[in-house]
Amino acid sequence: MTILILAEHDNTQLRPATLNAVTAAKELGGEIEVLVAGSGCEGAANDASKIEGVTKILIADSDEYANALAENVATLVSKIAENYSHILATATTSAKNIMPRVAALKDVQQVSEISEVIDAETFVRPIYAGNAMATVKTSDSIKVITVRGTSFEAAQEEGGSAPIEKIEASGDAGLSQYIGSELSASERPDLTSARIVVSGGRGMQSGENFPIIEAVADKLGAAVGASRAAVDAGYVPNDYQVGQTGKVVAPDLYIAVGISGAIQHLAGMKDSKVIVAINKDEEAPIFQVADFGLVADLFKAVPELDDELQKNGFSG
Amino acid sequence: MKILVPVKRVIDYNVKVRVKADQTGVELANVKMSMNPFDEISVEQAIRLKEAGVCDEIIAVSIGVQQCQETIRTALAMGADRGIHVLHDGDVEPLAVAKILKELADKEGPSLIIVGKQAIDDDSNQTGQMLAALLGWGQATFVSDIQVEGEQVKATREVDGGLETISVKLPSVITTDLRLNEPRYASLPNIMKAKKKPIDQTSPADLGVDPSVRLEILKVSEPPQRESGVKVEDVADLVDKLRNTAKVI
Ligand SMILES: Cc1cc2nc3c(=O)[nH]c(=O)nc-3n(C[C@H](O)[C@H](O)[C@H](O)COP(=O)(O)OP(=O)(O)OC[C@H]3O[C@@H](n4cnc5c(N)ncnc54)[C@H](O)[C@@H]3O)c2cc1C
Ligand SMILES: Cc1cc2nc3c(=O)[nH]c(=O)nc-3n(C[C@H](O)[C@H](O)[C@H](O)COP(=O)(O)OP(=O)(O)OC[C@H]3O[C@@H](n4cnc5c(N)ncnc54)[C@H](O)[C@@H]3O)c2cc1C
Repeated sequence: MTILILAEHDNTQLRPATLNAVTAAKELGGEIEVLVAGSGCEGAANDASKIEGVTKILIADSDEYANALAENVATLVSKIAENYSHILATATTSAKNIMPRVAALKDVQQVSEISEVIDAETFVRPIYAGNAMATVKTSDSIKVITVRGTSFEAAQEEGGSAPIEKIEASGDAGLSQYIGSELSASERPDLTSARIVVSGGRGMQSGENFPIIEAVADKLGAAVGASRAAVDAGYVPNDYQVGQTGKVVAPDLYIAVGISGAIQHLAGMKDSKVIVAINKDEEAPIFQVADFGLVADLFKAVPELDDELQKNGFSG
Repeated sequence: MKILVPVKRVIDYNVKVRVKADQTGVELANVKMSMNPFDEISVEQAIRLKEAGVCDEIIAVSIGVQQCQETIRTALAMGADRGIHVLHDGDVEPLAVAKILKELADKEGPSLIIVGKQAIDDDSNQTGQMLAALLGWGQATFVSDIQVEGEQVKATREVDGGLETISVKLPSVITTDLRLNEPRYASLPNIMKAKKKPIDQTSPADLGVDPSVRLEILKVSEPPQRESGVKVEDVADLVDKLRNTAKVI
């Protein structure tokens, strides 16, 4: 049994999301190979070769993979798919874009966002915004699977020394073209892997008020997130959205500020270890999942929290 | 150009779903069903393209039980021109849905197929990408803005790091994200008019697609429940609890 993992990277570096898929692959058992498709992507391939537990790295280095366009990457993966029992990737937006395309090219019904491996054919996945857990068994000969990052620990980044093998590029499908990106620049930790997340909701009233949350986040070394309502209203960019249709996070500490706790939001954060809610409405559903609830006006409580952290020696 | 819009009938997003006691699925009896919210966004986008003169016909398609016709009627009341109902009395998986939609696309020849990025029941996020692969078309997924420019669609995509812009050759498949638009409500006169719009009925067999499922659902269970916590007095109490009780800061 050999498993292929589609690496997530920016050509120069491997993205940490790849490490969660490696752990899921280890639970399946078998040889683990990682495909790095990119342009000028030796850096990412070198990173991948160091991951503990990986057997081999395949590198496809060609212009058509520079921006991970689904049409081109899926063609490449489908060409080598027959060599593998399973094809895995962590469910990032990039993998969500590419993997179903691979599955369809191989006539396979993909299993999306698994949260648990039962055996090589049986997996648990959340459905209905995490309000139910389905145990599903697939009989497809190649299993195409995306992995929920927060459900599997990251594999060790160091310790391996897998050989890197070049494979032939599959060409440009000529169907789509990359134009550009507008990435939110941030010095803060990545939302999906941060140990602490502080999120703001509609209660924040405007983007201009987010600095009070950011001050707290910076004292705690936390990432900043948001509810859909806060993103829709333009307070913060789209990549801040936590929830069923945004990012799934499971930090040690999640602080929800001015967020009511709709099921779609809870779907993205209810696996956090400790949840704090700050909300002025004591009936808000967020309090049903909060370990510590503070019923207060956030415009008073959040600056107070900032001061209290300062007093306790947190300076960021 | 023609636009095809698949619309899925799902449990309404406001319903708190309950797992059945026998763990075979979730309780669907007497539960409010609605159009998948992402599909409302797709229908709205198609209508806006029609209003802008880019598109001249919108076809809404739903696959599933007889009641899917209500979902199609909703799309017609919003402004779609006609419907196709692919009657099937069991579950259909994304791959089978994509195969059915491919057959319909081959027949109808749309330039764009606008699909929701995910259905809020099964949360698969697969159908649009699979359909694009089967048709050999380009795809623009999770879009928050699209512009049709000649033979291309310029699309802004919501990705993990922020936004990405790509251009895709027509014909193509688009999958919609939340920020693309705010869907309109159907007005009463339009609801009345929609009753007269045609809905064709067909079946997977008529289209030559085998809808049998590949994934066997062994069981559907409750997720682990969180124990309810405590209310803290004030901010000082909160910081104390986080440091000394939970030890997370
Ligand atoms: C298809 C679909 C997908 C969705 N996906 C997501 C998703 O991925 N993520 C997501 O978050 N949502 C999602 N939603 C939206 C979700 O249903 C809710 O509408 C949203 O989460 C509400 O955001 P909120 O809690 O910030 O706003 P609200 O529900 O308006 O809550 C604001 C809260 O702030 C409190 N508040 C106000 N002022 C103050 C103050 N001064 N001090 C303290 N508290 C205050 C209020 O008491 C209230 O509880 C989705 C919805 C749909 C239909
Ligand atoms: C509790 C539960 C039990 C289930 N039990 C079974 C079972 O026993 N056997 C089984 O095979 N499957 C079962 N399923 C799977 C289910 O029926 C479908 O396979 C799944 O809902 C399809 O995935 P999706 O809609 O999430 O796809 P997505 O890829 O998330 O859908 C995206 C988009 O595709 C389009 N689309 C998808 N479906 C349709 C449709 N029918 N008509 C029109 N457009 C559509 C819409 O535009 C939608 O926005 C079960 C699912 C659940 C939640």
